[in-house]
Amino acid sequence: MQDSLSQAWLWWIPLLPLVGSALCGALHLATLRARKSDPSAKGLSAFAPLVACAAMAGALALAVRGFVDLRALAPSARTLLSTSWEWITIGNPARPWFDVDVALVLDPLSSTLTLVITGVGLLIHIYAAGYMKGDAGYAKFFAYLNLFVFAMLILVLSSSLLGVFVGWEGVGLCSYLLIGFWYEKGWPAEAAQKAFVTNRVGDACFLIGSFLLLRLFGTLDLADIVMRMKADFRLDTIDAGTQLNLSLAALFLFGGCCGKSAQLPLFTWLPDAMAGPTPVSALIHAATMVTSGIYLIVRLNPLFASSPTVMTLISAVGVTTALIGGSTALVQRDIKKVLAYSTVSQLGYMFLGLGTGAFAAAVFHLVTHAFFKALLFLGAGSVIHGMHEEQDMHKMGGLRKHMPQTFATFLAGAAALSGLPLMSGFFSKDEILAHTFNSGGVYYAFWIVGVLTAAMTAYYTWRMVALTFFGSERFDHHHVHPHESPALMTVPLMVLALLSVLGGVLGLPPVFHVAHVLDGWLAPVVEPGKAILAMHHPHEHLSHTVEWVLLGLGSAVALAFAHTGFHAYTRGAERDLAIERGAPGVAGFLNEAWTIDSAYSRLVVMPLRLCAFTVRFVIDQLVIDGLVNGSATAVKNIAGRVRGMASGQLESYALWMGAGAALISLWWMWS
Amino acid sequence: MHYDLLLLTFLPLAAAFAIAFTPKGAEALQRYLALGATLIVAVLGVRLFLGFGVEGTPVERYVFDAPWFTLPSSYAAPTQVRFKLGLDGVSLLMVTLTAVLMPIVILSTWGHVHKRVKEFMVWMLVMQTGMLGTFLALDLVLFYFFWEISLIPLYFLIGIWGGERRLYATIKFFLYTLAGSLVMMIAIISILWTRGTSDVFELINLLCRAPLEEQLWLFAAFALAFGIKVPLLPFHTWLPDAHTEAPTSGSVVLAGVLLKMGTYGLVRFCIHMLPGAAIAAAPVMMALGAIGILYGALLAWAQDDLKRLIACSSVSHLGYVVLGLFALTPAGINGGMLQMVNHGISTGLLFLLVGMIYERRHSRALDAFGGVAVAMPIFALFWVITTLSSVGLPGLNGFVGEYLILYGSFQASPLWSIVGLSGVIFGAVYLLMATRRMLFGALDKPENRELADIGAREIGLLLPLIVLVVWLGVSPNTFLSKTQPDLEQIHLRLAEARRALLASAEASPTPTRPDQEQSR
Repeated sequence: MQDSLSQAWLWWIPLLPLVGSALCGALHLATLRARKSDPSAKGLSAFAPLVACAAMAGALALAVRGFVDLRALAPSARTLLSTSWEWITIGNPARPWFDVDVALVLDPLSSTLTLVITGVGLLIHIYAAGYMKGDAGYAKFFAYLNLFVFAMLILVLSSSLLGVFVGWEGVGLCSYLLIGFWYEKGWPAEAAQKAFVTNRVGDACFLIGSFLLLRLFGTLDLADIVMRMKADFRLDTIDAGTQLNLSLAALFLFGGCCGKSAQLPLFTWLPDAMAGPTPVSALIHAATMVTSGIYLIVRLNPLFASSPTVMTLISAVGVTTALIGGSTALVQRDIKKVLAYSTVSQLGYMFLGLGTGAFAAAVFHLVTHAFFKALLFLGAGSVIHGMHEEQDMHKMGGLRKHMPQTFATFLAGAAALSGLPLMSGFFSKDEILAHTFNSGGVYYAFWIVGVLTAAMTAYYTWRMVALTFFGSERFDHHHVHPHESPALMTVPLMVLALLSVLGGVLGLPPVFHVAHVLDGWLAPVVEPGKAILAMHHPHEHLSHTVEWVLLGLGSAVALAFAHTGFHAYTRGAERDLAIERGAPGVAGFLNEAWTIDSAYSRLVVMPLRLCAFTVRFVIDQLVIDGLVNGSATAVKNIAGRVRGMASGQLESYALWMGAGAALISLWWMWS
Repeated sequence: MHYDLLLLTFLPLAAAFAIAFTPKGAEALQRYLALGATLIVAVLGVRLFLGFGVEGTPVERYVFDAPWFTLPSSYAAPTQVRFKLGLDGVSLLMVTLTAVLMPIVILSTWGHVHKRVKEFMVWMLVMQTGMLGTFLALDLVLFYFFWEISLIPLYFLIGIWGGERRLYATIKFFLYTLAGSLVMMIAIISILWTRGTSDVFELINLLCRAPLEEQLWLFAAFALAFGIKVPLLPFHTWLPDAHTEAPTSGSVVLAGVLLKMGTYGLVRFCIHMLPGAAIAAAPVMMALGAIGILYGALLAWAQDDLKRLIACSSVSHLGYVVLGLFALTPAGINGGMLQMVNHGISTGLLFLLVGMIYERRHSRALDAFGGVAVAMPIFALFWVITTLSSVGLPGLNGFVGEYLILYGSFQASPLWSIVGLSGVIFGAVYLLMATRRMLFGALDKPENRELADIGAREIGLLLPLIVLVVWLGVSPNTFLSKTQPDLEQIHLRLAEARRALLASAEASPTPTRPDQEQSR
C-alpha cells in the first residue's frame, strides 16, 4: 500500500448506516411496544426516515471527502487504507497458517461505487420516506435499508476477499428481508427464499473460488493478489497447472457473480424479487447489489484477464442473458417485471463488456444504469403509488395528465435506457458494443446479439412509456383516482433524471476529443488487467470512422425501435392481445423468460425434493431404523421376561443401568 | 494444588444432593437452588476461560491430580488410575460452553417442567457434573466413568418428561449408546492392560508410536463410540427421536453439549492419541462427515415437525465438525473445534425457540403455523437471527467455523470439501423453508392469532447466547487464540505420524499408506 497512514475514519462510511439501522430498529421495537396498548399507534416510527437519511447523508459526505482526498493524490498513489480488523487468525500470530485481516480501502474504483451507493442510496431513502408512509413496518423498513447500505459499503470497501464476502452475503440477507418485507401476503416470502437460496448457489461457487485463491496466493488480500498477479504470474512464464488453477478460480468467482448479478444460469430470482417494495427494487435490485458481480470482476481484473477462456465465457453469458432479459421484457404486462428483466438484460451488457476487457466501460454502464434504472423504478413506484398499487400496464394509460412530474422524469429515464443519442445510457452502451466489435472473432457474433438486444431495449422501453402514460385511460375511474406523488418522492426523481440525462459526460467517446473521465479515473485500478490483455492479443484502437459508424448505427437502431415500440402501443394494449392470439406459443415462451424457471422446478427442485423424501422415508426409516428396531424388539423380548423385577419400564432401565455400573465397579475392585 | 476444577465439576453434584434433601413441594426452592449452582459454575467457568493462556496465571490452577485406585496390568506394577482433571486448549471451549449453557437451560425449565421438578433438577445437575468431568478428565478410566455418568440422566429426562413416543426414543438411545460404550470399554481395558497407565498424556506419548494395526483397531473402537454420540452417519437415527421426544431443556443440553462429547473424544483420543490411525482413516471419516452434511440437510428438508427438522440439522452440522477435524489441517481442526461451540450455541438457541413456541401452541407441526411473525415479532426477530447464525451468515458465529472447515478440508480433499459445500446451499433451503412456513404468510389460523410474544424471562434466556453469536462471528480470535497452542501440539504429533507412515511405506512395499498428502 502506498499510503502507510491508516485512515480510521473510513470505517465511519459503513458504520454510520449501521448505527442508523440500529436506531431505526430500536424505533421499530418502541413502536411495537406502543402498539400493544393501541394497535394503530405510530409510536416513534415517524423519526425513522430522519435517522436513516441523516446516516446516509453523513456517509455520502464522508464518501465525498474521501473522493476529494483521493483526487488530491497522484494517480498512482490513489489509495486510502483504514485500520484493519483482525478477524480470523489460525496459528502463531507472527507466522500464521491462515490469516484474514479486513481493512477498508478507498481507491478510484471503491470511491466511485461508494459515491453511487451513498448518493443514489440517499435519494432512494428520501423517496422511500414518502413511498412507505403509513406502512406498519415503517421504521423496520429503514432499519433494513440502512443495514443494506452498510453491507453494500463493506462489500465495495473491503481489502480482503473474505471481507467482500461479508458484504456479499450481508446484502443478500437484506435483499431477503426486503423482498419478503410484506411477508403476510405469502408470495413475497417465497420470492425472498428463492432469492436467498439461488444466491447461495453462487456463494458456494464464490467460496470455492476463494479456496483456490488461497491455495494460489496464500492470502485473500485483494491488493496482494493483484500485486502478485502483476509480479509473479506473467502470462509468458506461467505453467499450465497454475494457469488452470487461475482459470478455475476465475470461473468459480464468476459463478458467484452470476448469482448476485442475476446472470445465466442463476438469474431467475431477480424477476421474483420484485415482490419487495419498489424503493428496494430501485436500490438493491437495480442500482447497487446486483452490480456486485461487476465490481468483483473489475476488482480482480488481472485474475480474469489472465484467463481468455473465462473472459469469453463471461461475454457469452452476459450477452445471452442480455438477449433473454431483453426479449422477455418485450411482453411483460407488469411494469416492474419489465424493469426487472430489463435490469437482467443491462447487467448482461456489463458482463459482455467485462469479457472484452473493457473494465472501465462496464463500470461506466454500471454508474449510468444506477442512475436511469433507479429513476425508472422509482418512477414506476410513483405510478403504482398513484394507481393504488396497480402494476398491470394494461390497466393504466393516459397517466401523463395526472402525473406530469413523474411522466417527465420517466421520459428522461426511458431515453437513457433505450440509448437515445446523447443520453447517458447511449454513451455507456455504445462503449461496450464498440469494445465488443473491436475484439473480433466470436465477439462479432456477440456484437450482433448486443445490437439486437439494444433494439429490443428501445422497443420495450417505449412500449412501457406508451402503455403507462399515453393512450386511453384503461383503469376503473370509480375506484382508481391517479394522483401525482408528494414532493418527497418527485424531487429525487428530478435529481435522478438530471443525472440520467447528463451522466454521459463521465465517459464521452474518443471521437468527441474530450477525455474519458471515468477511464482516466479508474486507470490505476484496471491497468494490471489491461497489461495482461495487451500481452495476450494487442488491439488497435478503433478508427474514428468506424467509431462514428458504430455511434450512428446505435443511434439509428435506438431511434427506430423506440419509435416503433412507442407507436405500436399509444392507442392501447391491443397489440399485446393480438400477439397472444396470433402466436400464443411464442408469447408464452417469452412471457416465462424462455421457460427457464419452470425447467429448473422440473429438473432441479423436484428431483432434489424427491431425494430428500427418499432419504427420510426409505433410507432412514426403512433401512437404518429397520435394522435398529429389529434389534430393539429382540432386546424388548428379553427385557419382557425379566420385567417382573420392576413395576415400570423406566425403573427397569434404571435398574439395568445401576446393575451394569455395579458390575463394572465390582470388576474394577476385585480384578 | 488448586481446587478450581474440582469445585467446577462437583458443585452441580453437591447441589443435586442438596436438592434431593429438600421437601417435596418446595419447587421454587429446588428451581432456585439449581439455578444458583449453575450460575456459580458459569461464573467459575468464565473466569477460568478468561484467565486461560494469559501470562501470569498459575498453570497448576488448570490441573487437579490425585491417585485414585489401581488395576492389574500386563506389567509387574499395577495400573495406577488417577483422579486427574485438567483444562487445556482442547477442552477449554467445551467446558466453558457447558458452564455457560446450563443456567440458561435451567431457567428455560420454568416454562415447560411442571411435574416432578425436584427429580428433574437433580438429573440435570448430575448430568452437568458428568459432562464437565468428561471434558476435563485426563485419565482414561475417569473419562469413561464421567462419560457413563453423563448419559444416565438423559434416559430419565426423556423417559419421564418426554413426549408421546418417549419410550421408543429412550430404548433406541439406550441401545445405540450401549453398543458404543461397550466397544469403547473393551478398547480402554486393552489399553490399560497393555500399557500399564491410564494417564491420557502418557498414553498420547505411548500410543502415537504404536504399530498402525493396533492404532487402527483402537481407533475403530473409539470412533464407533464417539461416532454414535456425534452422531455420524449411519449411526444417527437415535438423534431425531431423542430430540423430538426430549423436553426443551433436554434437547438443548443434548444438542449443546452431549453431542460434543463425541466430537471432543474424536479430537482427544482418535486424533491426538492415535495420529497414525487418524491419518489412515481420514479419507473415510471425511467422506462420512461430508456425506453426513448433505444427508442431514436432505433429511431435515423432508421433515414437517419443527423440532425434528432441527434435530436432523444437527446431523448436518456435526458432519461439518467431523469433516473439519479429519481434514487434519490447522484450518480444519481449528474450524472443527470452533464449530462445536457454534453448533452448541445456534442449535441450543433453535431448540429454546422451538420450546417457546411449543409451550404456547402445543404443536410443532410446520403446517400448524403461518404468519407467526405478525403475532410474535420479537420471537421472529430472535428466530431469524438464530437461523442466520445456523446457516453461516458471515459476521455471525457459524460462518467462521464453516469457512475454516471447508477451506481446511479443501486443502486435504477438494472433493469432500465441495460435497460439504452443498450444506451451505441446503442449510439455507431447509431452515428458510421452516422460517417461511412458520413465521411468514398470512396469520390465518385462529389458534395462532392469540399467541403471546415472548416475555422478559425468555428474552433473558436468549440474549446471552445471541451476544455470543455475534461475538464469535466478529471476533473469533478471542477463542481461537486460546485453543491454538494446544492444537499446535496435535499438529506436531500428526506431522510426526506422517513421517513415520512415509518411512514405513518406503521400507515395505505393501503398506497401508494414506493416499493423502497434507499441505500446510
